[in-house]
Amino acid sequence: MSQVKAVVGRGIPLVGNDIDTDRIIPARFLRCVTFDGLGAQVFADDRSQSQGQHPFDQPQYQGAELLVVNRNFGCGSSREHAPQAIAKWGIKALVGESFAEIFFGNCVAMGIPCVTAAPADVHMLQTWLADNPQFPITLDLEALQVRFGNQAITVSIGEGSRNMFLSGTWDACGQLVAQAALIQETAARLPYIAWSKTA
Amino acid sequence: MSKGTLFDKVWDLHTVGTLPSGQTQLFIGLHLIHEVTSPQAFAMLRERGLKVMFPERTVATVDHIVPTTNQARPFVDSLAEEMMQALEQNCKDNGIRFYNIGSGNQGIVHVIAPEQGLTQPGMTIACGDSHTSTHGAFGAIAFGIGTSQVRDVLASQTLALSKLKVRKVEVNGTLPTGVYAKDVILHIIRKLGVTGGVGFAYEYAGTTFEQMSMEERMTVCNMAIEGGARCGYINPDAVTFEYLKGRDFAPKGAEWDQAVAWWQSIRSDADAEYDDVVVFDAAEIPPTVTWGITPGQGIAVDQQVPTPEELPEKERSIAEEAYRYMDLQPGKPIKGTKVDVCFIGSCTNGRISDLREAAKIAQGRQVAAGIKAFVVPGSERVKQEAEAEGLHEIFKAAGFEWREPGCSMCLAMNPDKLEGRQISASSSNRNFKGRQGSASGRTLLMSPAMVAAAAIAGEVTDVRELL
Repeated sequence: MSQVKAVVGRGIPLVGNDIDTDRIIPARFLRCVTFDGLGAQVFADDRSQSQGQHPFDQPQYQGAELLVVNRNFGCGSSREHAPQAIAKWGIKALVGESFAEIFFGNCVAMGIPCVTAAPADVHMLQTWLADNPQFPITLDLEALQVRFGNQAITVSIGEGSRNMFLSGTWDACGQLVAQAALIQETAARLPYIAWSKTA
Repeated sequence: MSKGTLFDKVWDLHTVGTLPSGQTQLFIGLHLIHEVTSPQAFAMLRERGLKVMFPERTVATVDHIVPTTNQARPFVDSLAEEMMQALEQNCKDNGIRFYNIGSGNQGIVHVIAPEQGLTQPGMTIACGDSHTSTHGAFGAIAFGIGTSQVRDVLASQTLALSKLKVRKVEVNGTLPTGVYAKDVILHIIRKLGVTGGVGFAYEYAGTTFEQMSMEERMTVCNMAIEGGARCGYINPDAVTFEYLKGRDFAPKGAEWDQAVAWWQSIRSDADAEYDDVVVFDAAEIPPTVTWGITPGQGIAVDQQVPTPEELPEKERSIAEEAYRYMDLQPGKPIKGTKVDVCFIGSCTNGRISDLREAAKIAQGRQVAAGIKAFVVPGSERVKQEAEAEGLHEIFKAAGFEWREPGCSMCLAMNPDKLEGRQISASSSNRNFKGRQGSASGRTLLMSPAMVAAAAIAGEVTDVRELL
């Protein structure tokens, strides 16, 4: 299990509030049994309508690894296909004004940190990236900062999630399964377990 | 911090322990799966050599991809067929109960679990679908999860979660004529905003919800997520118990009495403490229609599309985007907006009471020329019940198509889609850009009765004029 203490790479700004998961990956691309191939389809409809002007198509942002967004990013459906598509395009971390909760949880489970910053700081970072797409920036989860050029902004993330990244326990599955005895004990004290079996 | 609420009690009862990260390991009482978000989860289990820990606590059905016309196998869409086969195989391999097409029990996952009595008060319920909040109508803590978390539930019947805050959303009074549960939730989202609920569970309380049927309560809880709240719930009461009694998976005999006593005990205490409380008056809720590209962009049917000046500063940029996308003029009445397609169905409004209300409007009237109008029952049972009541004949006589159960045009992962810049009057839950299957298609959300009224008039209409 890999620790995520910092993400260093070039940034890509995507301006707009309330960008929902239907826009990130339109439903027709959910007709699949694996997540492979979703990277090419990320923002498919927004991109075709922008005719090459969508940041995900602009040459200066190809190879970027940190996505910088605005308010309520990832709202809507619980489809993990959305962060999977973003990740398969190459993104390793997100910085934004705010994230929808299920989207955030999906990112944590995939090892992709989503940190928030003050709107003015996010705007400043997006503007800087538009002017300096060629320079790497650093998300430092220990210092809770994003550093770019000679500037730095403060970012935040829930303490539990941050601990999971720093300690490399963001993939909770193994830890959860390891508690089998306690899980059985919990089930045994729930009154409905006896009367609500389904199989 | 909240104290003594149903959320607190259910959370505590289901807590397995605290993880090293500080998060809670929470036991999940009922896990619902479907074809879209589960195949990758089963694949991850296989990769890790893990087994399903509690197969008897997971139930599967198929809803998102199913065609609502020709359901013959193999499906015409080979990708949909592949997903279907993956679900069939995964359920078979892991001993999971699966309600397939034609079983008499298939339907939208959030319709079938309640109707079979699988959904019960005091449970924690998870499903790889954001509208899992629907089940909160029974006093369950129910929320949507992603595929990696579906894997976690399959493997351990638990999830790693941080506790939510609790906001009491109180609505009191009797709803005016022509105002439905859908209007109540659209109004709440309009007032509290699409991000208002982030970090919260919503407890819907007050006399308006107490007077609602279970199906109305499900409509309200269904859209908690559209207001940013991952889960919403209503305290269980006599209406809940009456609905559950005698259903397939409801407790029977002595267990029933035990269950009712327990369900009573998990209600929020009279002196429960909340992180926040907001209060609405039912009398002030109008028939509501969305005009924009988020579910929070709603107005009363007799209002005008808001001008930027009328909106708070932080809502203006998304409003500008919405005017352009929707091609609606600020300051112009929403009533009279021409529509092309009218869709009645979905996990929000595809239950029998929704179809009854829509049929009341359709009865003895005709769908306007050039309008494609169709009704998609939420489940095979809803379809059967509607047909026993003759609702399908009312719809068909009025010019509506009568379809097979599924998610249909709510999200258009199946053959039901908008085309080009078509505009739909829809009883579903999301009006996002491209949501209904065309990259430039447009959606107006409203109650099923209002959709039926729009179908008759060919344009957005105040349903109160047809009652």
